[in-house]
Amino acid sequence: MVDVAAETPVNQLDLIAVKAGDLVAVSLTVVAGECLVIAGASGSGKSRLLRRIADLDPCVDVETGGDPSFDTGQIMLAGVDHLSYSGAEWRRRVAYVAAESQWWFDDVASHFETLPESEQMQSLGLEQHLLQQAVSRLSSGERHRLALLRVLMQQPQVLLLDEPTASLDPKATLAVEKMIADYRKRYQAAVIWVSHDASQARRVGQRHFCIEHGQLIEQGRVP
Amino acid sequence: MNGIATLSPFDLSLAAILILALSGLSLLMGLGLVRSLLVAALRTVIQLILIGLVLKAVFAQSEPLWIVVIALTMLLVAGREVMARQQRRFKGWWGLGLGTSAMFVSTFSITLLVLLVIIQADPWYTPQYAIPLLGMMFGNTMNGIALGLDRLTQQAWQQRAIIDARLALGQTSQQAIADIRRDSVRTGLIPMINAMATAGLVSLPGMMTGQILAGVDPVEAVNYQILIMFMVTAGTGFGTIAAIVIGARRLFDERQRLRLDRLGPGRYSRQ
Repeated sequence: MVDVAAETPVNQLDLIAVKAGDLVAVSLTVVAGECLVIAGASGSGKSRLLRRIADLDPCVDVETGGDPSFDTGQIMLAGVDHLSYSGAEWRRRVAYVAAESQWWFDDVASHFETLPESEQMQSLGLEQHLLQQAVSRLSSGERHRLALLRVLMQQPQVLLLDEPTASLDPKATLAVEKMIADYRKRYQAAVIWVSHDASQARRVGQRHFCIEHGQLIEQGRVP
Repeated sequence: MNGIATLSPFDLSLAAILILALSGLSLLMGLGLVRSLLVAALRTVIQLILIGLVLKAVFAQSEPLWIVVIALTMLLVAGREVMARQQRRFKGWWGLGLGTSAMFVSTFSITLLVLLVIIQADPWYTPQYAIPLLGMMFGNTMNGIALGLDRLTQQAWQQRAIIDARLALGQTSQQAIADIRRDSVRTGLIPMINAMATAGLVSLPGMMTGQILAGVDPVEAVNYQILIMFMVTAGTGFGTIAAIVIGARRLFDERQRLRLDRLGPGRYSRQ
């Protein structure tokens, strides 16, 4: 395993026969700096797959029975199996961003381990003073962009984005797309982006997949 | 005053008329409480008469085995009650086992300490001391643990999206549930803290009132009441903290994933 790790480039995410929900076992590689887009109908298992990669859900759906401690498949980052890390350590490297942002303290700043600088805020069209405000006073678009920034400040190696622009207007959507592209290039991060929007998929993705009948199918690659 | 004014069955039936009056009012107002009120009152009468007879027999014998049997029965009934009061309870043995074992450890260790070190009766397990003390302990610890655990599981359920988001940000499971855990312990402990803070001012505690009515010197009754309140608060506190800490761990698995599937519906939940 040490040899594999030494040969595998940093930030490369490998899935080997990973099961999630009703999906047929998925095997794919996302190389460093690559953005892979997944499309598919609601309920087809896109979120399940992302959550499974982030190790947020047990493999077998325990509600329908089965042994929940039984994990199948292998998820590896830079050649190292995710089980070598604790759950928390893994999720710091492989960050899942849900479609809806969540907040648990009253003010925005308390949610950040390190506060973003004003340029980072501005690049997302956000004013610096928003950090000192109460979360309840933010618009849903502002909340969503700040939640994304909160994740990026932790510098994850892999980003798993679950419809990150679903609640945003076109201008904010473009700002988020640019921000993620900049982050991906700067840190050579691997990105898996779930999107319903075909034009967005063309803008952001280098490789395109869709989920049909429980299968993840590669549809094409943009050079 | 000479001795105690003994109560006859007739006196008690006069008191029962009050309960019937309350039931009548409940019926008039359509509160839907009549049945549970009457059943509870009937249970009070039957259970207390039975325990009175049992205690009389046990006190006469002072046999340790009987004390153990009574203590274990109390423990199991209290454990079942803790489980029954959860709107979402842990599945399997955890449902009964979590509250019961927390109660077992805190209640028995503190009662033992009080009997051996403070009261120093001879023998230390003298049932006149051991059984009432255990009863007071169980009654209160049960409430604290039931309130705390109910809060823990309810909050975890309602805030599952937040816990999930915190986990996704790389927080450990215990960081992600820290706020809920603190809140749950507080919920379990506040009734006892309030009871201590208002003791004697707003209400005279039940045990003390009983002793005074039974003719004991008020100062002596007060001493026992202080002892009881301290041990009951400590027992409730340690028991609640133990149950919440273990319960909060049980909500996650070894990969620090939130596992709400380990909770099932309880008696009062509407699903």
